[in-house]
Amino acid sequence: MNVLNFVSAFFSDSAHWHGYDGIPTRLWEHVQYSLEALALAAAIGLPVGLVTGHYGRGGNVLSLFATAARALPTFGLLVVTTIVLGFGMLPVMIPLVILAVPPILVTTYEAVRSVDPSPVDAARGMGMREADVLLRVELPVALPLIFGGLRSAAIQIVSTATIAAYVSLGGLGRYIVDGLYQHDYEKVVGGAALVAGLALVTLALFWAAAKAAVSPGVRRST
Amino acid sequence: MNRFFDIPSDLQHDWLGLIGLHLREALLPVLAGLLLALPLAQLCVRLRWLYPPVLWATTVLYAIPSLAFFVVLIDYTGQTELTVMIPLTIYTLMVLVPAIVDGVRSVPQETLAAATAMGFGPVRRYAQVQLPIAVPAIIAGLRVATVSSISLVSVGMLIGNQGALGNLLHDAQIYNRPELAWNSVLTSAALAVLADVLLVVVRVLLTPWMPTGRSGGRSRGAGVRPDPAVPALEDAAR
Repeated sequence: MNVLNFVSAFFSDSAHWHGYDGIPTRLWEHVQYSLEALALAAAIGLPVGLVTGHYGRGGNVLSLFATAARALPTFGLLVVTTIVLGFGMLPVMIPLVILAVPPILVTTYEAVRSVDPSPVDAARGMGMREADVLLRVELPVALPLIFGGLRSAAIQIVSTATIAAYVSLGGLGRYIVDGLYQHDYEKVVGGAALVAGLALVTLALFWAAAKAAVSPGVRRST
Repeated sequence: MNRFFDIPSDLQHDWLGLIGLHLREALLPVLAGLLLALPLAQLCVRLRWLYPPVLWATTVLYAIPSLAFFVVLIDYTGQTELTVMIPLTIYTLMVLVPAIVDGVRSVPQETLAAATAMGFGPVRRYAQVQLPIAVPAIIAGLRVATVSSISLVSVGMLIGNQGALGNLLHDAQIYNRPELAWNSVLTSAALAVLADVLLVVVRVLLTPWMPTGRSGGRSRGAGVRPDPAVPALEDAAR
């Protein structure tokens, strides 16, 4: 009850809806950081995962790399990159991308590798080139799992982008970090509710995107 | 770099002490998460309709940022280790529940039938047949949960020095000693890698019937496989 009261107090205060520190501004900043990080991570993870999965090689190297990337503490890395590079966008993007690449990379690799070999062989028998086999046979079949990896990366980015506020940037983390230092509990809880809400919207978007993009023939139970 | 291990006294621990603290704050939640996930997963296996809502609930809880979780919990549990460990426990569920459910579900029907025919009751069948066969999948989940738990503890620094090795990050800034931040990141990463390797070793020890090494899949020759059940088990390992 306590927490709900704080949430409703936060959202009903009209001062939170305007200007530089208003909810629309912070929300938009948060969405921008998240999209940028997700796009960068997908640009790295998807091609590498697709190609290695297609040839079924390099799984051990990939899982080593993924473990190493997961092992790096995101928050500690943020402090280190800020110390080394100074304040700015780059020191925030590096930890977020490192956070998001492993789930995308590993699921894409596994998804493509575990595609049923018989349609792949049939495609080769029909004279498809390797690139066509990958993009027109394996990719559509692997798509549900690939979306799962992207979704899990996106949720981690959205909820972790809050730490950008710790190194002076904006985003919804501003409310949490500022509220913590100002002992303004209402602000903290309001910020947390906003991030959780945004993560839920992300979940719903991915669900809808997967529904739209996956061919009805390959829809799986997961 | 010569003051790499020179930990400021305000942290009240030396380097090894911080490591111990970090491991406790990271591993107890994984253990608690496993103890919660096992019965929850078993329920989901028994009652199929329960699985989608449980998956949704764990995913939604996982979406709450750790910092927000900590701060909200301060009101109930204070600025203590418990405040850090409760969210970490909840996060592990999102990885562990699906891992265990998939693992237990992947046990072949013939194997279950054979166990029943040998006179195994449901409890004994679960403990002696289903769980051991699900071990590769469970360990795969535990690896992800453990590594991310170790990396997340550092955020506890923000709620008043409850982040073990993460506390070094704060000291690195207030004392202007960047090497402490490096120490925090590198030590925490090393712990995570070490824990990951240990879990792989545990898996090899627990599943002596599986081919050693992490290869498998398409490239592995048929002659290496001891019996026809192994391909199914390798699927479970993913």
